[in-house]
Amino acid sequence: MITTDICIVGAGPVGLFAVFEAGLLKMRCHVIDALPIVGGQLAEIYPKKPIYDIPGFPSILAGDLVDNLMKQIEPFHPTFTLGERVEHLHKQEDGSFVVETSEGTEVACKVVVIAGGLGSFEPRKPAIDNLETFEGKGVNYMVRDPETFRNKRVVIAGGGDSALDWTIFLAGVAEDLTLVHRGTTFRGAPESAQKVVSMAEEGHIKLLLKSNVTNVHGNGKLNAVTVLVDNDTPHEIETDYFIPLFGLVPKLGPIENWGLELDKSAIAVNTFDYSTNVPGVYAIGDINTYPGKLKLILCGFHEAALMAQSAYNIIYPDKKFVLKYTTVNGIQEL
Amino acid sequence: MEDAIKITVETPDGERVVLEAPTDMGLSVMEVMKANELNVPAICGGMAICATCHVEVLASGDLPEMNDDEAFMIESLPHATEMSRLSCQLRITPELDGLVVRLMPEA
Repeated sequence: MITTDICIVGAGPVGLFAVFEAGLLKMRCHVIDALPIVGGQLAEIYPKKPIYDIPGFPSILAGDLVDNLMKQIEPFHPTFTLGERVEHLHKQEDGSFVVETSEGTEVACKVVVIAGGLGSFEPRKPAIDNLETFEGKGVNYMVRDPETFRNKRVVIAGGGDSALDWTIFLAGVAEDLTLVHRGTTFRGAPESAQKVVSMAEEGHIKLLLKSNVTNVHGNGKLNAVTVLVDNDTPHEIETDYFIPLFGLVPKLGPIENWGLELDKSAIAVNTFDYSTNVPGVYAIGDINTYPGKLKLILCGFHEAALMAQSAYNIIYPDKKFVLKYTTVNGIQEL
Repeated sequence: MEDAIKITVETPDGERVVLEAPTDMGLSVMEVMKANELNVPAICGGMAICATCHVEVLASGDLPEMNDDEAFMIESLPHATEMSRLSCQLRITPELDGLVVRLMPEA
């Protein structure tokens, strides 16, 4: 069990800056992120894009901003759990919390700060009736262990890079593999696209273009899918597994079930201190909402500062909060 | 309004709304829909990474070509059609006057 003062969910710019604001007030932080790297969307999606609205920086690359923030919080020695998604929030009798991740890591803390940005990226699910009934019973949205599919019949749907890559890989593992693609061409890596087309020509796999999976069937376990080819008559393909690979979409994820007040899948907060309806839980940055909310990094930074002074009252209930200027006091290492 | 065009948005329940969009503010179709309080999540804010502003173009003049980000994203959508676009990538310009789009169900 990791023990800390504040558990921050999300290692994007706002989560990282929250470490700084907390550190100034002598509060220790542990940061959890579903991505294996820090920086959130800045690192994952647009590290090489310049940002023009960070005060004091006419222009700064997103990746450089993350590097700078990491340097800025160094004196406060935050700890990190990366590559694990937060799953559960367990409220303790004394008012503190234990945050539990997808891998079972537990973080004991007095305050939880959700700085989850867009949320975590989850597989995009096609709208097929009953699809969810077969999840884990033949329908998989990602390939965790390719051995699962050894000598099985597999239908993959999708036309992006991951659909192509897994088709090539699983062709050598599965007994029988069909790739169903809506379009007639692939925009993914040309070598992969070429390879898939030639594998189909040589009869190693079946490639159905201008096609969609429209239905799934089975009795407790998946045994067939219906495919519509070029708007012709739908036909059934017997299969053990159906793997729809349609990319990722940001979702709030398990946080949705934490009893927090939500407004259009953002967390409603009080602008006095960015607290949620659950005492001790705050939400800052793109994941929160309030009248007049702007999804800007600089607004998230401001929210982090106000959150920290409020969290101070929970972590040090007997001490009075005094605003300290870094120009006067410098940075005291934690 | 001067320097404004009209675009028509069909909501998932089939209702059609006509919106006036200024051409001189560098807005996207997604931003105009959001400003008019249509239910467009547009989670990523316009970076072509979430597809929660996916529309089908029902009528238009010449549209700007898709960039790679948009094309890859649409390729990966299960319910895209030949006329699918990400509304965050469609800038409001005079050429877009009379555009009719249908909001696609959220991905």
